[in-house]
Amino acid sequence: MIVEILRHKLGSTESFYQSFKYKPEDERETVATMLENLNLQKELKDIDGNKADKIVFRKSCLQKKCGSCAMLINGKPGLACASKLKDLGDHIRLEPLKKFPVVEDLVADRSIMQENLKLMKTYFEDGAIVSEKRNTLSYEASRCLQCGCCLEVCPNFMIDNGFTGMAGAMPLSRIINELPKQRLKQISKTYSSYVYEGCGKSLACVDICPAKIRIEELLANSNAIAVWKRYIKEK
Amino acid sequence: MINIVGTGLAGMSAAIALAEKGRECNLISYQEAERAQSVMAEGGINASLNTMNENDSIEEHYTDTLKGGSFLADPNAVWGLVNAAPEIVMWLKNLGVPFESKDGKIIERNFGGQKKKRTAYVKSSTGKMLMSALIDEVRKYEVKGLIHRYSHHKVYDLVIEDQKCKGLKVLDRYTGETYQIYGSVLLASGGLAGLFPGMTTGSSDNTGELVFRLFSKGLKLANLEMIQYHPTTIGITGKRMLVSEAARGEGGRFMTYRNNKPYYFMEELYPEEKNLTTRDVATRAVYRIMNDPECSGDVYLDMTHLDKQIWNSKLSDMRDEIKDYLNIDISVEPFKIEPGIHYFMGGICVDEKHHTNIDGLLAAGECCAQYHGANRLGGNSLLGAIYGGKVAADNITDGESGIKKIKEEIKDREIDEVFSLKIRDILRDGMSIIRNKEKLEKAIYDIAVLKKTSLNKGETEKIIIAQAMLECALKRKESRGAHFREDYPETDDEYRKTTVVSYDDGIKIEFADIPERRNS
Repeated sequence: MIVEILRHKLGSTESFYQSFKYKPEDERETVATMLENLNLQKELKDIDGNKADKIVFRKSCLQKKCGSCAMLINGKPGLACASKLKDLGDHIRLEPLKKFPVVEDLVADRSIMQENLKLMKTYFEDGAIVSEKRNTLSYEASRCLQCGCCLEVCPNFMIDNGFTGMAGAMPLSRIINELPKQRLKQISKTYSSYVYEGCGKSLACVDICPAKIRIEELLANSNAIAVWKRYIKEK
Repeated sequence: MINIVGTGLAGMSAAIALAEKGRECNLISYQEAERAQSVMAEGGINASLNTMNENDSIEEHYTDTLKGGSFLADPNAVWGLVNAAPEIVMWLKNLGVPFESKDGKIIERNFGGQKKKRTAYVKSSTGKMLMSALIDEVRKYEVKGLIHRYSHHKVYDLVIEDQKCKGLKVLDRYTGETYQIYGSVLLASGGLAGLFPGMTTGSSDNTGELVFRLFSKGLKLANLEMIQYHPTTIGITGKRMLVSEAARGEGGRFMTYRNNKPYYFMEELYPEEKNLTTRDVATRAVYRIMNDPECSGDVYLDMTHLDKQIWNSKLSDMRDEIKDYLNIDISVEPFKIEPGIHYFMGGICVDEKHHTNIDGLLAAGECCAQYHGANRLGGNSLLGAIYGGKVAADNITDGESGIKKIKEEIKDREIDEVFSLKIRDILRDGMSIIRNKEKLEKAIYDIAVLKKTSLNKGETEKIIIAQAMLECALKRKESRGAHFREDYPETDDEYRKTTVVSYDDGIKIEFADIPERRNS
């Protein structure tokens, strides 16, 4: 198979595509193991026989639990460790997530997600008001990998437009059920301005989420708590 | 300033503990906290909450932990650990961790080596749940200006002058620039999985490189021979995938075929603990059965008899995960497992307060050798990481502050991946589940041969650790916990000591006394 990779040297301003030939060792192989295997070659050569630098990408758990290896795979965001080669055809194109600044090869700088969460203050000031009934929602929201795939496909998210996308909404929905009154007021406002008002409800995030988080359910819950209850009260 | 290296549970727990007292720290990690190995932890966290009407006690948690570790752990440190456990679990609950609970009480599950239900959990995703809660808590103190994050920074060296740690050196992986950051240092950088690439259940980012480097600079390590092979892992491409002990905690059974009939060997071999022995014992049993000519050669986990309710509420994530990777529905079909490397009980030698032998340098979490002795109980790693981080935070003093840009060429520290695989293969043979003198000496010889090839600085540091690990295993002429020598199959009280290994132009191994338990 042919693997086409968008290359970018650290500190450079230019990107270029470079293709490699690859023969999978077995049918379970993923994009992540393919990249590892390419880098294991004594001298990595591209399809024209030119010497190539090792391919830089991020990884950690290699089993869909950490979100590190998110990238564009044939134009679609996904985790390299979860993308099996046999499902991808004979020509695979790999690129870094494009909504974020590129750092090096397949590495994108996703720090905007952390920055947004700081702005949103998605934490308990003085601990949670623990509610067993909400455990399922809290579990679901806690599963977010902060991989950025949802932001990549979101028609509304841009790095600087104040809408955080689901990468911001999920940590917020982890805490929203268990907040004391005063803090809930603040967080409701935060939710409205950073999430609710910016979301165009395309729900492209739902299908793309590698953790298959039940985003709609969490959004419905947050809407009910942060938007509708407040709205009804104010009336 | 205090610098914490690593943002898994131990590092974050320490950062929070400092911030709660108004103390500042830098929290430095290779990647964001969501990528840390702690998110992969599954089965639960131990605390004697006594919510299951089994008359559990802290004393029993203490005894099980020491006994499970074959009495190689520091009893005073363990006593602190088990006493703090209930409070830690309540703290986590208060941070919004959705522990399985009923009528306001946390439900606990059975885990290996503990007769009472003592493991609090969230399905089979406990590590991820704890991490999400701690990440938010760290963020709170980040906003308050107490925690300063460096989330794409590789700490490649420490600044050590006159046996005192003065700071560290980092590479910004987004710019390629290098900096020196001053202050004391707490290492929470994870276990030595980097010695076994592709062979462990952990994160491929746990390269261990910093520890390799520091060993060559005089940092003492302990109990390197104590490597935990988890009895139930699955080979997926590029790594071993863990099947949580929760599988057996909820009723899963080890099985093989003998005379074409299912044979539940653990229930026959260990009629009391059955499928929930400690991991060292289970792993050896599985290994022996796999090599028993009377059996089929494969070992399975049989979970087909479990209640529907367990699949829905307690192990739904595990079932989905295995379906995804193996295309097997484990609720209707037994599945093949094999032991795989999971945890390093050994690591940086620390005292009860988590001080290393270098002034101004502390260590916590899996990178250090504390609490688990010769074999760790399931459910004690999350606890040990969080508690260790807190203890270290209480005992670390601030160093001077400041950061300056430095120019340093660090290319000669990049370890070649093919070289790493060569070391791994040597260690795999030497440090296997069943060890003996011949295998260890052969491995030490192979290391010596490889050492003579042309190696850069990073590679030299790595091979020295590999050699040290093998020599520790050779020196311990007994079987204890995870360390099993078929030439010395008995536990020998003479060796109830900590293996302390240091490097000064050569590897030096001593056996240090284990502290006596204080009256408390």
